[in-house]
Amino acid sequence: MESTLDIFVKAIFSENMIFAYFLGMCSYLAVSKTVKTGLGLGVAVIFVLGVTIPINYLLENYVLKEGALEWLNPEYGINGSSTINLSFLSFIMFIAVIASIVQLVEMLVEKFAPALYGALGIFLPLIAVNCSILGGALFMQDRQYSTMTDAVAFGLGSGIGWLIAIVFIAAIREKIRYSNVPPALRGLGITFIITGLMGIAFMSFMGIDY
Amino acid sequence: MSESVEKVKAPSEPLFSKKNKKLITDPLSDNNPITIQVLGICSALAITVQVEQAFFMSASVLFVLIFGNLSISLLRNLIPSRVRIIVQLVVVASLVIIVNEVLQAFVPDVSEKLSVFVGLIITNCIIMGRFEAFAMGNKPWPSVLDAVGNAVGYAWILLVVAIFREVLGSGKFWGMEILPQGFYEMGYMNNNLMILPPMALIVVGIIIWIQRSKNPTLVEEH
Repeated sequence: MESTLDIFVKAIFSENMIFAYFLGMCSYLAVSKTVKTGLGLGVAVIFVLGVTIPINYLLENYVLKEGALEWLNPEYGINGSSTINLSFLSFIMFIAVIASIVQLVEMLVEKFAPALYGALGIFLPLIAVNCSILGGALFMQDRQYSTMTDAVAFGLGSGIGWLIAIVFIAAIREKIRYSNVPPALRGLGITFIITGLMGIAFMSFMGIDY
Repeated sequence: MSESVEKVKAPSEPLFSKKNKKLITDPLSDNNPITIQVLGICSALAITVQVEQAFFMSASVLFVLIFGNLSISLLRNLIPSRVRIIVQLVVVASLVIIVNEVLQAFVPDVSEKLSVFVGLIITNCIIMGRFEAFAMGNKPWPSVLDAVGNAVGYAWILLVVAIFREVLGSGKFWGMEILPQGFYEMGYMNNNLMILPPMALIVVGIIIWIQRSKNPTLVEEH
């Protein structure tokens, strides 16, 4: 059994969303030109992951999973006479929850931090289609965390891991502007290769597992 | 990602006019979704360890993109622009549910390996990107062609990366040993680094490098 702390630390380092699963690469590549915007998006991702994963966890365990509707009527339970399995609906339910939470975050940021809203521009709505958010929900479903605390720890850990990754690459990209990169590799190409090298560095955290 | 909406006019052009052909051929190289538009990287890299997975992933994306682009294009005048993201997500999610059920029924082992990445087709930026940039402003037929072009452009990058990683990383192609046993007896070893996730990024980086040195107009400032 993994402890909650294990799950949290693992989600940040050895199972980092970007370096181990490539989730959220689109916004990672597009918004990592400066540290400031990268940090803003990273915080937004932590917040959205921290809110959506617990909600999706409840949804999974009390509505979608095979026999999860037991609280409604014992017959629907896993040992009941008419077991209900709604797991085929999970994609559409998860994405609906995520899209509405993102809409909420967008409205809050627009109201309370207009400067940040201006800087993030079109990328806030893109969090809805940021793979790391849905990916987090699907991993949560796949790994079947036993308690709500574990799910929250996983959500926050993944968000922090994502933030670390985007801030690191943004800092490197700010510096690399002064280097002499081969023309054909400038911009996207070098970013890919640096991310790969950072990924190799992050893989060394896996050593902690053994 | 910052592509503006392209307008296609001319009510009675032939089925494969020059403009329509361009819709298919452009995304294959000069406007490739992965290397130029930077869309759909998320799921593209994680499932390129084996050619088989990459093939089924590409086929799924092809299916979802064609039918998604078609339905969004048919619905484009009915969708209020404020809620379009939600409408698009519902369309994609329903198509992906179909794909997932089909994969589970007919190729359960592949479906097992792809695990969460089938679900992640929903948030694959290629799909939303094409809906936003093309299907929302164009007629159904050009939208289908655009979908085919982009999905194939996505597929070939995926397959090339997968072939590199599987052949160099485990000496196999589609799960079959292709390197002669003599190689190993002479001291050849599989490069286990290729199986690790970071190598996918580096292989894509190299593809981008080759592509841009062939076509200098694609080179970015910084």
